[in-house]
Amino acid sequence: MRNIALHQPISGVPLLQARGLAAIRGERVVFRDVSFTLDAGGALLLVGPNGAGKSSLIRLLAGLTAPAAGQLLWRSENALDDPPLHATRLCFVGHHDAIKPGLSVAENLGLAGRVGPDAIMAALTRMDLQRFAELPARLLSSGQRRRLALARLALSDAPLWLLDEPTTGLDAASVARLEQFFAEHRKAGGMIIAATHLPLDMPGSVPFDLSRGVR
Amino acid sequence: MSRFWALIRRELVLALHQAGDSVAALLFFVIAASLFPFALGPSGTILARIAPGVVWVVALLAALLPLNRLFGADFEDGSLDQLMVSGLPASAVALGKMMGHWLTTGLPLLLIAGPVAIMLRMDAASVPQLLASLVPGTMLFSLVGGMAAAITLGARGGTVLLPLIALPLMIPAVIFGAAGAVSAHPVGEFAMLFGLLSLFLPVAPLAAAGALRAAVA
Repeated sequence: MRNIALHQPISGVPLLQARGLAAIRGERVVFRDVSFTLDAGGALLLVGPNGAGKSSLIRLLAGLTAPAAGQLLWRSENALDDPPLHATRLCFVGHHDAIKPGLSVAENLGLAGRVGPDAIMAALTRMDLQRFAELPARLLSSGQRRRLALARLALSDAPLWLLDEPTTGLDAASVARLEQFFAEHRKAGGMIIAATHLPLDMPGSVPFDLSRGVR
Repeated sequence: MSRFWALIRRELVLALHQAGDSVAALLFFVIAASLFPFALGPSGTILARIAPGVVWVVALLAALLPLNRLFGADFEDGSLDQLMVSGLPASAVALGKMMGHWLTTGLPLLLIAGPVAIMLRMDAASVPQLLASLVPGTMLFSLVGGMAAAITLGARGGTVLLPLIALPLMIPAVIFGAAGAVSAHPVGEFAMLFGLLSLFLPVAPLAAAGALRAAVA
């Protein structure tokens, strides 16, 4: 179902590379000199206190915000030159769940289009929401809403997942299910960049402390 | 392209589930237009004379009603972020939302404008010409209104600001539209309407795209 083979790495060239990224919010430098490389199967765990710029960096990497300085390279080409093209490489689950309360759980997933009912059911099963498929989304608890937002990942065939506090409000079983899901995505050659201050078990992921670079 | 149609489909699905917004605009249109006979008296000569202008102005005001939710609802719940990373350029997102507004508000207003005009004692034989002028008219409402909605997105007091930006920009359309609805030889007026349409068709989505990018940044 999920085909991310298109983005297999070319030897010697990292898939995703950040070079000296910086963000300014208002008059304040949120972070600067953020550099990292990420290859197929890699994961980056953004940590740091509130206000360190974890969300800002996730939004910057998604192409929603332009960097104040630095470059984001995809296969050594500037990724943010063409935001719509960059968007096809990523799946973004932000701070907000982007759920329409009036629609059913299944309809919410179908809203983005281009997926059939079978794929939607598979995605809901992935997040253990299949029992609620026909339920109006407004009846979901906040943890279930989070799981519905994360179910979008299962519908996307993008290699790069950008997640802002993915485990907020999730119970232990859901976190375990999510960690299993992350492991499968990375095994298939996908990449994950997640901002979190809750413990998230991603074997081999690189913790990246955003508060270090700011003075 | 399939992404663009998926966006239009999304707008229609959402409008069907939240039909209240469109219905409210239609009811406003009917009720506001029916205030004129109460205020001016039921005399057919006065009403028939002002009917095309009343229909134009009230349709414009009704089309503005759902606009502050056009981007606002998606902005607040994070859906706008998802649209911006859907692989569509921001201008296509803006155009898709504007087309969604026309399909769910402009088109229903157009369908109900005929009966409203007849209620205002307009000669039934002149109604088709009024509707013909409202076709580019309602499209202009969606383009210019959508642009204003994007610009006021996230601004404090955006709800008040929106009509203050949109209405002055609509003055040329109202002038030529209402004149074209009654003129015996409306070629010039219709040419102006379509001229405005061909101006705002590229300009409004592009301006809205810049505003949307600034809003999510």
